[in-house]
Amino acid sequence: MTAHHPVAVEAAAAPRRRMRWHQRLLRDRVLVLVALPGVLSLLVFHYLPWLGNVIAFKDYQPYIGILESPWVGLNNFRVIWEGDPGFLNALSNTLIITLLQVLIVFPAPIALALLLDSLISQRLKKVVQSILYLPHFLSWVIVVAVFQQMFGNAGLLNSFLRTHDLATVSIITNPELFKLLVTSQVLWKDAGWATILFLAALARIDVELYEASAVDGAGRWRQLWHVTLPGLRSLIVLLLILRLGDSLTVGFEQIILQEPAVGRQVSEVLDTYVFNHAILAADWGQGAAVGLVKGLVGVLLVLGANRLAHRLGERGIYSR
Amino acid sequence: MITAMGRPSPLARAAKGLVLALCCAAVVVPFVGIVSTSLATREEVTRSGGFVLLPGEISFAAYEAILSGGVVTRATLVSLFVTAAGTALSLVATTLLAYGLSRPGSFAHRPLLLTVLFAILFGPGLIPSYLVVKSLGLVDTYWALLLPPMINAFNVIILRAFFQELPPEVLESARIDGAGDLAILWRIVLPLSKAALAVIGLFYGVGYWNAFFGALLYLNDSGMWPLQLVLRTYVVNQTQLGIDQLGGGAALPPQEAVQMAILVLSIVPILLVYPFVQRHFSKGVLIGAVKG
Repeated sequence: MTAHHPVAVEAAAAPRRRMRWHQRLLRDRVLVLVALPGVLSLLVFHYLPWLGNVIAFKDYQPYIGILESPWVGLNNFRVIWEGDPGFLNALSNTLIITLLQVLIVFPAPIALALLLDSLISQRLKKVVQSILYLPHFLSWVIVVAVFQQMFGNAGLLNSFLRTHDLATVSIITNPELFKLLVTSQVLWKDAGWATILFLAALARIDVELYEASAVDGAGRWRQLWHVTLPGLRSLIVLLLILRLGDSLTVGFEQIILQEPAVGRQVSEVLDTYVFNHAILAADWGQGAAVGLVKGLVGVLLVLGANRLAHRLGERGIYSR
Repeated sequence: MITAMGRPSPLARAAKGLVLALCCAAVVVPFVGIVSTSLATREEVTRSGGFVLLPGEISFAAYEAILSGGVVTRATLVSLFVTAAGTALSLVATTLLAYGLSRPGSFAHRPLLLTVLFAILFGPGLIPSYLVVKSLGLVDTYWALLLPPMINAFNVIILRAFFQELPPEVLESARIDGAGDLAILWRIVLPLSKAALAVIGLFYGVGYWNAFFGALLYLNDSGMWPLQLVLRTYVVNQTQLGIDQLGGGAALPPQEAVQMAILVLSIVPILLVYPFVQRHFSKGVLIGAVKG
């Protein structure tokens, strides 16, 4: 491509291109060198594990190692296509929790951001933001403990009911309420924090649009519908894509912590299924097989959702 | 509710205020209760049936018990060490990587950048990651908590975007003055990036402080446990803490107070750093990343 251009023009237009690779390496040696530790860490702890996925096709025995363990073809994947009840249960729990979270948790920060944005006093807004962002920084262990203190048997709610001679309610240990409990914990922890993105998007909406629509006689609800929500549309689509790509991933730490209280039947999701089978029950190959399929389906979901976004005329997470 | 010209009706404003107040209460009330219970005396705990919302009499016995040696003291020191060491490692490696990637057209820029970007999209699976950590001989060492999460690819991209928005004239004039790439990083880029580094450092620090699963997976020796695992054992799973687990030898404070004191202890460091970094959130790096 460079050979067809006169040398002088090429040198003036793009001097970089004309440097040989070793000259560029010499010029950029510091940049390459400082990038190395981080890249190395990603290679070892992010990319090297991918190779470990071969145990999905092996009968992995820890004491003889990955290389020596016998190949078993697709045997480990039978739990998936033969529909092992434990696997199906984990899959359905995962999808139900995802559905609940998309319906309940996803819209909450949008509504909350609209409320915050309508506060006139900037100081009050700052204070409210500081309070609502805080739970995001607490660990799942802390969040679960906080919910126990509120709704557990000896918690605030039941202490109150007991001192007023009312019947106590079992929330934390009730299997039927578990999925709603998990969803409300995510809501408590992250709804406030998630407003940060929507507030930024709201701040970028042109004020003139509001003024023009007010002149045209639009009320507040019509402004919300015709100015505000269109302004948030791209961000909503982007976040929905990311959430859909994560459909098969629901709070691993959060659920493993609460599994003892309600049992696996209602609480086991794909990630905890992998953990319980592979590491606790030493069924390594099956665990890795389920984990591998889950990862691949996740990638397909992101790509599919992104394509859908392009169809709708949005940018999505990457453009073509 | 529909008013003609922009201003909301008093009823709508009251409703909004009420909703926001309830949201704030949902965060604040549990904290007040947790702190109160940790300070409560045995009589008060018995009277309230476990959880004390507002204490009458205040006692610091629970804090004395958990902080005078024993399981909780040791776990707190472990967590402080892991958080400090991890944050330092992560911040250095992330800054260097982001700086190394901040000049498009430099040597191997594209493959290196793609290495980082793909890491965001496809995380490693649980089992293969465990096998890597195990085969490197890191199980039952603190390296297992420090090395795998060292680079968060998303943080690299945020910081890189921030570096690229620094005024190019300043960097160029430094280069004309004969400064090398390292000198430019140290003398110009870092001083201009304090806010971004503070926020990224907070993200890493909170991550290390809150990490629970890595320790569960990789540390078999309970003597090495960080605070989050102790919190799970004695607060979430309600295992009783006895004289053996606590320091000192005085009369045992009520179990509920001890549990809540551990909970407070695990929250306090986050509350301490939060205000310093909180003001950077809205104007800082996040917005830049979203735009990009």
